[in-house]
Amino acid sequence: MDGQTRLGMLHRLLVLFWPPPQTESVILSPLSFSIYRGHKIQHSDWHKEPLRIMDPECSRLLPALCAVLADPRQPVADDTCLEKLLDWFKKVTEAESSLLLLQENPCLVELLSHVLRPQDVSPRVLSFSLRLAGTFAAQEDCFQYLQQGDLLLGLFGEAGTLGWAAWNVPTVRSGWIQGLSSLAQHPSALHFLADSGAVDTVFSLQGDPSLFVASAASQLLVHILALSMHGEAVEHHSPQGSAWPTCAQKIVGHVEESLRSTAAPQVTQALNVLTTTFGRCHSPWTEVLWEQLSPLVACLLERDPIPAGHSLVDLLLSVARSPVFSSADCGLWETVAQTLSRLSPTQAGPLALGTLKLQHCPQALRTQAFGILLQPLACVLKATTQAPTSPGLLDGTLGGSMTVDALLSSKSACAGLLCQTLAQLEELHPLPHRPSPWPQASLLEAVVTILQLCDGSAAPGSSVGGRLCGTLAGCVRVQRAALDFLGTLSQGTSPQELVPQVFAVLLEYLESPDSSPTVLKKAFQATLGWLLSSPKTPGCSDFGPHIPLFLGELFPVLQKRLCSPCWEVRDSALEFFTNLSRHWGEAPTLTQQLLRDPESYVRASAVTAMAQLSSQGLHATLASPEHPEAEQGLLREFLNILSADSEGFPRRAVVQVFTQWLRDGHAEVARDTEQFVATVLQVVSQDLDWEVRVQGLELAQVFLTQKLGQPGHCPYTVALPEAPLPRLRPEVLRTLCQPWLLEFAFRALFDCDRPVAQKACNLLLFLRDKTAPYAGTQETGDSPHLDSMEAALQRWQAGEQGQPLGDPEPEAMLAVLRSLDLEGLQGRLAESSDHVEKSPQSLLQDMLATVDILEENEADCY
Amino acid sequence: MKLYCLSGHPTLPCNVLKFKSTTIMLDCGLDMTSTLNFLPLPLVQSPRLSNLPGWSLKDGNAFLDKELKECSGHVFVDSVPEFCLPETELIDLSTVDVILISNYHCMMALPYITEHTGFTGTVYATEPTVQIGRLLMEELVNFIERVPKAQSASLWKNKDIQRLLPSPLKDAVEVSTWRRCYTMQEVNSALSKIQLVGYSQKIELFGAVQVTPLSSGYALGSSNWIIQSHYEKVSYVSGSSLLTTHPQPMDQASLKNSDVLVLTGLTQIPTANPDGMVGEFCSNLALTVRNGGNVLVPCYPSGVIYDLLECLYQYIDSAGLSNIPFYFISPVANSSLEFSQIFAEWLCHNKQSKVYLPEPPFPHAELIQTNKLKHYPSIHGDFSNDFRQPCVVFTGHPSLRFGDVVHFMELWGKSSLNTVIFTEPDFSYLEALAPYQPLAMKCIYCPIDTRLNFIQVSKLLKEVQPLHVVCPEQYTQPPPAQSHRMDLMIDCQPPAMSYRRADVLALPFKRRYEKIEIMPELADSLVPMEIKPGISLATVSAVLHTKDNKHVLQPPPRPAQPTSGKKRKQRVSEDVPDCQVLKPLLSGSIPVEQFVQTLEKHGFSDIKVEDTAKGHIVLLQEAETLIQIEEDSTHIICDNDEMLRVRLRDLVLKFLQKF
Repeated sequence: MDGQTRLGMLHRLLVLFWPPPQTESVILSPLSFSIYRGHKIQHSDWHKEPLRIMDPECSRLLPALCAVLADPRQPVADDTCLEKLLDWFKKVTEAESSLLLLQENPCLVELLSHVLRPQDVSPRVLSFSLRLAGTFAAQEDCFQYLQQGDLLLGLFGEAGTLGWAAWNVPTVRSGWIQGLSSLAQHPSALHFLADSGAVDTVFSLQGDPSLFVASAASQLLVHILALSMHGEAVEHHSPQGSAWPTCAQKIVGHVEESLRSTAAPQVTQALNVLTTTFGRCHSPWTEVLWEQLSPLVACLLERDPIPAGHSLVDLLLSVARSPVFSSADCGLWETVAQTLSRLSPTQAGPLALGTLKLQHCPQALRTQAFGILLQPLACVLKATTQAPTSPGLLDGTLGGSMTVDALLSSKSACAGLLCQTLAQLEELHPLPHRPSPWPQASLLEAVVTILQLCDGSAAPGSSVGGRLCGTLAGCVRVQRAALDFLGTLSQGTSPQELVPQVFAVLLEYLESPDSSPTVLKKAFQATLGWLLSSPKTPGCSDFGPHIPLFLGELFPVLQKRLCSPCWEVRDSALEFFTNLSRHWGEAPTLTQQLLRDPESYVRASAVTAMAQLSSQGLHATLASPEHPEAEQGLLREFLNILSADSEGFPRRAVVQVFTQWLRDGHAEVARDTEQFVATVLQVVSQDLDWEVRVQGLELAQVFLTQKLGQPGHCPYTVALPEAPLPRLRPEVLRTLCQPWLLEFAFRALFDCDRPVAQKACNLLLFLRDKTAPYAGTQETGDSPHLDSMEAALQRWQAGEQGQPLGDPEPEAMLAVLRSLDLEGLQGRLAESSDHVEKSPQSLLQDMLATVDILEENEADCY
Repeated sequence: MKLYCLSGHPTLPCNVLKFKSTTIMLDCGLDMTSTLNFLPLPLVQSPRLSNLPGWSLKDGNAFLDKELKECSGHVFVDSVPEFCLPETELIDLSTVDVILISNYHCMMALPYITEHTGFTGTVYATEPTVQIGRLLMEELVNFIERVPKAQSASLWKNKDIQRLLPSPLKDAVEVSTWRRCYTMQEVNSALSKIQLVGYSQKIELFGAVQVTPLSSGYALGSSNWIIQSHYEKVSYVSGSSLLTTHPQPMDQASLKNSDVLVLTGLTQIPTANPDGMVGEFCSNLALTVRNGGNVLVPCYPSGVIYDLLECLYQYIDSAGLSNIPFYFISPVANSSLEFSQIFAEWLCHNKQSKVYLPEPPFPHAELIQTNKLKHYPSIHGDFSNDFRQPCVVFTGHPSLRFGDVVHFMELWGKSSLNTVIFTEPDFSYLEALAPYQPLAMKCIYCPIDTRLNFIQVSKLLKEVQPLHVVCPEQYTQPPPAQSHRMDLMIDCQPPAMSYRRADVLALPFKRRYEKIEIMPELADSLVPMEIKPGISLATVSAVLHTKDNKHVLQPPPRPAQPTSGKKRKQRVSEDVPDCQVLKPLLSGSIPVEQFVQTLEKHGFSDIKVEDTAKGHIVLLQEAETLIQIEEDSTHIICDNDEMLRVRLRDLVLKFLQKF
């Protein structure tokens, strides 16, 4: 086995355990090539894209591979190889003539002929061959070529695959369909399909026990229909159904028959075929098709229960979305309206939402659809309030008895319907063409009521309300959906008198010990939405009139949540608090204690929260007003976390905070920036978490940028007249070339994790470009510094991390920087990790090698 | 079968079941909420309590001012606290044969019953129930006896006077029957009448019924009871839990196929989820302590406290409370903590397996070892030397009327830094706090009641499928405060029968069978005849012998044998001289068509068949005879023609089997 194959196999192994950072080290480490410009090793060509897709080397390997595939004693290792192989053949046939390919590589036809003897072939290879044959036969000349030997008929005809035992394997049936799908690209294929009786087989496969096969069969029918109508539409302007090609008529006839069937699965199949047809084909003939079939579809509505409700909804939406029907009046809207009124609330919901999302639908229908969508909420309101206060929701939503029945039938039905409705309204809310007027007040009222029903605080007057209360009490699903929607509603203009109710119910949820952590998180998100969207009034705070009162009550709740035994609760409370503190000047005293929380996520959130407080200037007062060194303590505490915390999240949070502090010129950092960056990078360079190291490089980047100015120029800015380059003062140069900075960057360049190496490479490129104008001002020549540095770099490259860089001159540093082929390295690092075995040659070799290994193993057994 | 309901408290039940010939008392709960009407008993002289103003009537009449004191608008009886006993007049309690105890909370009235009613029977309970029940009683007696009160108020109980009092005193029920606490001597005597039982142990009561305790999952040694005879089964479910806490899980399967299921002791706070409450408890505890305050947890010395300590064990390090002392103060604190560790076989599987490691099943052992948890019999003595604040104190009694908790309420009530966290659901926290008002201390109510909630009950009932459910009336309607919550009540078919205090229920269920044994020699002599596939019959002549509620068929007595040389055959005929010659028993049915054919074959003609509601009438018009064929009788009606009748009878008999 040669090195590449081993690499390829190794990579496949590693893919299974993706993404451990070490994986990259094997494949991507720059160790495999030198990075020096001066004595660059010539790379082998294996990673380059081949000029011709089917290169001679692949051609040479193909016969062996075909032999392996045809040999039942040599099982193919895995399906993915075959998939990749097929992908490659597709690529090849797209670029080259399939006929030529088959003629140049007769082994391929041999393989296809071989599989005609089914007893010798595994189902996988059979499926593969069917698809391969389809791929080749997509080109008409190649189709004819294959037809000559009756190969295609053998593979796809009734006498072929269908009669074999392997037909019982779903993969084979799936391969058969996919093969036909690829093949059906030209008129000859249509004749073949008609003559071979394949269409009838496809009809029967629509009801296949394998869902994949059944779905592919439906798709194939649509494909054949579209193909057979393709020529027609050009010649005649949307002919009537009776004048359609035989194949199309046959398919349409089958669909009609299925629609008339009393068996629901048959109806579903027909509806699915139609849905796909109208979704994909937008030619005039689809209008004729709809005219012909819509009476049958309408008949479905008269049945009780309506069969295949979901598929019917999909079909109607598919037709309504088709541009063919945008202007035509073809009875579609009547059918939609009728369907809306006949379907159960759960099934009607998606249709109503889909209708409302259409741009060109009649206003009356929109009103009806919106009414249906609102019905469950209207029922809830009606059941809970004595006197409906908001007529908006209850108007035009008569006939809600079906909805009430659905709500009361069972706990899961009730929760399902309400969750669906809330999610649909949430989806509708931000749309520009949402129904107008938007009943914001009623929706708010309804969602608040639902939340109250869920936590048992509602006191409904009616018996329906009482039962709803019992059904919904403690229902976490509905709570989450309602809180999500409540949060969304904060984005609208709400009547002022309802806002206190919203805050009251939110507070109930935030306070309640029974709120599950996920519900609580949603409640926090909704609360934040409402707090931030409240109208700002000049005065004591940024917030509206209700807010100070609410915040006063929220504060103790937040304190309590920060002490929760459940870490998810502590974490979301901290997160909420961090977001809130950007706008609000108070701080719970407990935040700092959470820096020592046992849960790493919480510690990370606490770091962010404390940093936020510190940026607001709140930390000093928080920790201890009489100690001015509190701030200093926080920096120490963060550094301590960075060097000592056992988990990655808090350490990442700290470096992010430090980077932000450096950007913002935080007082703590500004005192001695250099010292600060040096300390942080020193700690970061030892970190085992690659994300922390990347963050560290980001910090270094910010530092360099601040010293040197923005990296690069925006290509769209008007070029200013070339300003004379400011002289880089020697002390700045010395700062930039501090050993701690460059050592960190250079070491990162050889990091075993690709993102780190990439980031380091970019950083050094930036530094090199910025210092380039000053190159050569002081030629360092072969100074001893340079030599020792190169020696150190080579050792690092070789994986020996121990040796320090020493304390070289800045000039030596710059010289080394210039001597590196950073662009080349950047390019190589940018290549994806599997670029090696993406090459077809490698794939073929791998497949052959696997067989060898299997053989070897077999031999070992004896 | 009757059920006498002596207590109206749904979680502190006391019912008497008359079943077959036995009288069985189910639990013996003591309603202690009556103590909330009394002033607290302070361990240390409390100037505040002793200086409360006396209460006077609206007209200024102050004759009750020695007995009643007023505090923040509430009136309290200044006397030794008294308890509301189960009904003693409804049934003669001396006739009770046995008392079955389901858990240690439901036996607190035992001394009143066993020592003052003429009870002579046996009490059955599991060992942990008895041991921990003893601790609870001991603590109660200790709490009350160590603060002797000179005064005993009784004037206010006068019915005419009670009417004039403000609520809730005015509405208190049966105050005349309220009694002071029993003595330790009575406790010991009552407990000596207990016989220990183990789960699934079958105990025969007079041969009539069998009683069996089953694990109920609520507390150490807590049990449900099955009371069954051979053909009837009554299940008594009291205080059960399906949550995974420390006790052995509930045995549900054995409750299946009950004729009657008596359901008591559901959760008192159906809307509070115990998990959420534990979280709330921990959060508030940590919040208070971090802010420099003290936490007071009024609690019983056993039960939920074990679970709370376990939660805290996991929580205190993570919440940075490692240096905060936890004190557990009760005269029985030490025994309770140690007892919990030795009842391994009564614990849940996890804890049981720890014992084999060997490790103590409860982590509070480690808390004690590391000095994080300290326990003291009372605030006097060592505690005052070790006491340091801020701290967390677990102590009783949850009613806040007696025990060391009274002292801490007085001590910490004035500061808003401190918090009292109520975890026991038995007492209304607002009423418990009433004599301490005005109070600056924070109050948190996190009742932790692990007993079954209504969702669990409805699942349980679906699974065990009892024919009838009997429960306290409180469970058949939503709680008064949440009248719209139709889900907070028992919903079953047929609807549950409800009872209230002093009700007598006739259980809707008739006994239909009794088991009788047949002696082997008698059985040997039977000659069964198969009348249908799988069904054989035999006639038996025997003597029914009944003793100790057991029925046995014995061979009939043999008469004295005058001579011995007679032949066996003769002897047999003489063995049953009094027996008449028995007519054979008939079975089977007469197929009308074949019968008619047979009649025709035997020369009858002009036969007409009429269908009636119960069968058929065969008319022999010529013979002027009528044969009525019904499911279990056949009548031949003919006019004085005995020959014809006998002929017809024999034709009928041909179709029937005889034995």
